[in-house]
Amino acid sequence: MYQIDDVTKTYQQGRRVVRALRGVSLTIGAGELVAVQGPTGGGKSTLLQMLGGLDRPTSGTVTLDGADLAGMTDAQLTAARAGTIGFVFQTFNLIPTLTALENVETALVPAKVARQTRTSRAQAALDAVGLGDRGDHLPGELSGGQQQRVAIARALVKNPKVLLADEPTGNLDEETRDEIVDLIEGLWKDQGLTIVLVTHDSVVARRAPRRLRIAKGTLKELPSP
Amino acid sequence: MFFTYLRRELRNRRKQTVVVAIGLAVAIALVIVVNAVSTGVKDAQSEVLESVYGVGTDVTVTQPAAGPGGGPGEGGGPGRFDFGEDDGEASADGMRSLTQDRLDPVMGSATFDSSALDTITDLEHVSGVAATLALQNMSFSGELPDFEALQEGGRVTLRAGPDSSGEASTGDSSFEIEQLTVTGVDPGAAAVGPLTTAELADGRTLEADDEDVAVLDATYAEQQELAVGDTVTVGGEELEIVGTVTSTTGDGVATAADAYVPLATAQRLADLDGQVSDVYVQVDSAENVDAVAGAIEDVLPDASVSTQADLAENVTGTLSTASDLVGTLGTWLGAIVLAAAFGLAILFTVSGVNRRTRELGTLKALGWSRGRVVGQVAGESVVQGLVGGVAGVALGALAVWAVNLAGITLSGGASAGGFVLGGPGGGPPPEGGAAVQDAGAATFGAARPVGVADAANDAVDIVLQAPVSPWIVLAAVGLAVLGGLLAGVFGGRRAARLRPVEALRSLA
Ligand SMILES: Nc1ncnc2c1ncn2[C@@H]1O[C@H](COP(=O)(O)OP(=O)(O)O)[C@@H](O)[C@H]1O
Ligand SMILES: [Mg+2]
Repeated sequence: MYQIDDVTKTYQQGRRVVRALRGVSLTIGAGELVAVQGPTGGGKSTLLQMLGGLDRPTSGTVTLDGADLAGMTDAQLTAARAGTIGFVFQTFNLIPTLTALENVETALVPAKVARQTRTSRAQAALDAVGLGDRGDHLPGELSGGQQQRVAIARALVKNPKVLLADEPTGNLDEETRDEIVDLIEGLWKDQGLTIVLVTHDSVVARRAPRRLRIAKGTLKELPSP
Repeated sequence: MFFTYLRRELRNRRKQTVVVAIGLAVAIALVIVVNAVSTGVKDAQSEVLESVYGVGTDVTVTQPAAGPGGGPGEGGGPGRFDFGEDDGEASADGMRSLTQDRLDPVMGSATFDSSALDTITDLEHVSGVAATLALQNMSFSGELPDFEALQEGGRVTLRAGPDSSGEASTGDSSFEIEQLTVTGVDPGAAAVGPLTTAELADGRTLEADDEDVAVLDATYAEQQELAVGDTVTVGGEELEIVGTVTSTTGDGVATAADAYVPLATAQRLADLDGQVSDVYVQVDSAENVDAVAGAIEDVLPDASVSTQADLAENVTGTLSTASDLVGTLGTWLGAIVLAAAFGLAILFTVSGVNRRTRELGTLKALGWSRGRVVGQVAGESVVQGLVGGVAGVALGALAVWAVNLAGITLSGGASAGGFVLGGPGGGPPPEGGAAVQDAGAATFGAARPVGVADAANDAVDIVLQAPVSPWIVLAAVGLAVLGGLLAGVFGGRRAARLRPVEALRSLA
């Protein structure tokens, strides 16, 4: 699915140059569930941005299904994100003024599907995360765990090839954390998704068949459990 | 999704939406009020003009007086009485009683040959022409000291002020001067000219074969206690009064002259055969007015040609003050408030986008194109502008309604084109005349000239009626939407530059 070759990413902060990724190479097969661990500031989020086409690497290639994200135009990246990549964020990032159902629908807007199809698909995605009866609630009326479920429904409603999650349990208590990890694991098993799960929580990471550790911009494969 | 999202955002940021909408609404309302009032003032101006020049007149042609004593009405100029040694009757006590009637063109205007009428009629785009002869009749009656008593072989010159009447006694003399404005009109040409704003009050109007009859202004007739069937003295001749007319402009508003007589009668009495003083021209359509005025100037180089627009500049009184006020202050105020409202809308929109950095970044991460995100932000501010515009129209309509309800009265007189003369404001007529004696001649002159014709004396009072036209409503809403669009452009530019990685910024 992913073929990453010698990717570097440097940020210029005034006179200081931050090397967030220092030559990362990595292959992720279709249908893999990979956990990425590491200390804060190690480069986890930066790696995820490269994988998700949210930003381009300073050097190196990021090949997704044979196409190099590093060489794409903004419009091509937008199309890739709209069709094949689903995101889940630590802070949920739901639109506060839209209901749960409408939030899920926003992911289908770029695909220009008919309104009715859009609504029914969004409803099905909410059903799949166990929130079928909360479609008309605003994010503010939902708990953190429920909000993250809505966000997962939003990420998956367009049937992406990969799901990229950046600390999806970082803002949740332990019980809810386990529910969300269960949910992600279940979806992975049922739908054969490729998932990259960034987390600094080793309890979460240990649930993944494959674990990576990134620190100071350098990637290291961890032994399988 | 576009409209759902838009509606939710505006409703959610209600305070901001309301502030921006109010800002735009106030500006829009102001624009509407300024426009309505200035239209109302213009309407009032043209009403003043109509009361003098008549309905449907687009161009008036007059001829300014060449100078004192000039023009065909030679003989010392208007308002001047000359008495020789043999005039009047001497009485035993050394006094001489005198009466004299003078009929002259109104001061400041000269007459010209009525062939001008045909010249103008032949011009392109002229759809109606009427000529009048505006005259003033002065009658003097009284006693003066016998001339021998003043100086041997002497001569007395009495110059009456152009006030409506004067009484004076200088030394032993006592006299009375009565003044009457008379307009000779062509009874056939009713479509243009001063009588178009007059309606019959009593009797009948002038007819084509009328001779030596007069129609009086009803206000004048009442003052003078004259009625249909009585006679009025014009140029020393008694004319039968066949009717009275009132102005259609408003109650108590005098028509352009005190008396109307057939043009031929006026010409004969004033000894001005074939002469006219004013030509009223109707043009087939508004866009040809300037062309026709220019053409008349070409064929009649000595004439003074005025369009309605030229004449409007000569409307005096509170009307012109209102016109200036609305014109300058209103426009500036409107522009400043509009700019402030636009600035407010832009500021709020940009700060709104800044606050929604993560939200908009998330949408981009979800695959929303730049255009869609920008369109969403711009759409929100355009709708906000629309809301402000509609509220502004309502507010403006309310304000205009209040202005109309207040019944602001504007008064204005028209002083233009030699038809009406006059100093500002009328004022009380000077007490009699100041006597000057020199080299055997006594000249009695008015202390200062005051308006002659009625239209100048009686400023027309008009209640301001400010109309709101549909297109200004449309333009106002358009302006508000433009404000929203402008805010949308600024906010949208910011949203466009926003990168999708902002979605991952975890500063809560
Ligand atoms: N936009 C940026 N500008 C400058 N420095 C950045 C930026 N994003 C990340 N960094 C720096 O890059 C390094 C890696 O950051 P990040 O990938 O967010 O780490 P993690 O997600 O593992 O905590 C950090 O030192 C961080 O400060
Ligand atoms: Mg991170």
